Amino acid sequence: MTRVRYGELEVTLQEGETVLAALERAGARVASSCRIGACQACLLRAEAGDPGAKAQEGLRPAQRERGFFLACVSRPSGDLEVATEAAPRIAAEVAAVEDLGAAVVRVRVRVLEDIIYRAGQYVQVERADGLVRAYSLASVPAEDSLLELHVRVHPQGQMSRWLAAARPGTPLHLRGPSGECFYTEGRPEQPILLAGTGTGLAPLLGIARDALRRGHTGPLTLVHGAREPGGLYAEDVLRDMCSRHPNLRVVRCALAGAAAGVETGDVVEVAVRAAAPLKGARVFLCGGPEQVAALRKRCFLAGASLKEISADAFHSAPAPASA
Amino acid sequence: MSLYDDLGGAAAVEAAVDIFYRKVLSDERISRYFDGVDMERQAAKQKAFLTMAFGGPNNYTGRDMQAAHAHLVAAGLNDSHVDAVIENLGATLKELGVGDDKIAQVAAIAESVRDAVLSRSKAS
Repeated sequence: MTRVRYGELEVTLQEGETVLAALERAGARVASSCRIGACQACLLRAEAGDPGAKAQEGLRPAQRERGFFLACVSRPSGDLEVATEAAPRIAAEVAAVEDLGAAVVRVRVRVLEDIIYRAGQYVQVERADGLVRAYSLASVPAEDSLLELHVRVHPQGQMSRWLAAARPGTPLHLRGPSGECFYTEGRPEQPILLAGTGTGLAPLLGIARDALRRGHTGPLTLVHGAREPGGLYAEDVLRDMCSRHPNLRVVRCALAGAAAGVETGDVVEVAVRAAAPLKGARVFLCGGPEQVAALRKRCFLAGASLKEISADAFHSAPAPASA
Repeated sequence: MSLYDDLGGAAAVEAAVDIFYRKVLSDERISRYFDGVDMERQAAKQKAFLTMAFGGPNNYTGRDMQAAHAHLVAAGLNDSHVDAVIENLGATLKELGVGDDKIAQVAAIAESVRDAVLSRSKAS
């Protein structure tokens, strides 16, 4: 007797029945379309249990690791617990805040409950009054006891200004982690391109550190771009990493304005040039939505497989109505 | 063996999707229909289309194809665009080393949905 739990719903699978059919039978509204495991409209995530290999075909390694599966072709042999939208809420507090330059602060967070995450994923930071913003993780769980976020302080940023001024011990909550931008093992010699703008550097740094920690031997190319050189930061951290890892290469670029060690150019052009050939490469893209979309398309056209491209676009919350 | 199995089944579709997608994105005649923010969803739709065109399992009815393209037809989608898609499909298979005979079979399947895609009833 195989049971599937989906939030408060619990349903017993009939002989040969798929998870999708069972959930629909129980009255759940699950998106679906092709119903043959091709279109991924019915993508769900298993928090516990095994959805079956057939239900994970065509998904990326990162998605499989997180338990994602296609409900329309899932016929699990054992009980399955399917995640609903809400991610766990984790109590935490600010541990330290440091200025990194370029209007970016490094916020280190101490979690007061267990959290399992991969470097490069993101969390929702929730303030006591309910304000929520998402930030990516630059820390590596095996190496760092504190979570690390890079926060760009916007002139009217509600969360960013509050975090920048937060004293150690300030309580907050985290939701998550979410996101598939993280390193997966299995191809240690694969070339990796990590490209992004602004605080997109945070998850890229985390992923690079994670990959190197796990013994990645292939070439890693990290490209960090900004509109002008003043928008770049963490030069010393990057230089230090390069000195310790000969297979890591860092390229910093700005659209306009010259500076030592900074190429002039569009991050899309610079990244594709720096990491060519892209066929067979793994690509991680993080930063502003337009740049990430442009990078994804260019990398794909330059030969990278869509399946090997993971991206996280950082959307800014709209500015508050009153100044 | 079915055409789908002959071509290599799901693995062949996987190999073809990227190639096909790159081609249509670079084809000025039709790139605007495939360009957009969500590349993942586009790729998934193309995977489903290719699965069908390769003679594989599919649950598309004529109505689904028609409904999905109706708004594009209203905005000017016509035979020339369908021609271009089938052309790129053939070029993709050629690049994968598929013989002309099989390419013709795939093209015929793709042709069979032309009328639905263009919201036309079949010519009597």
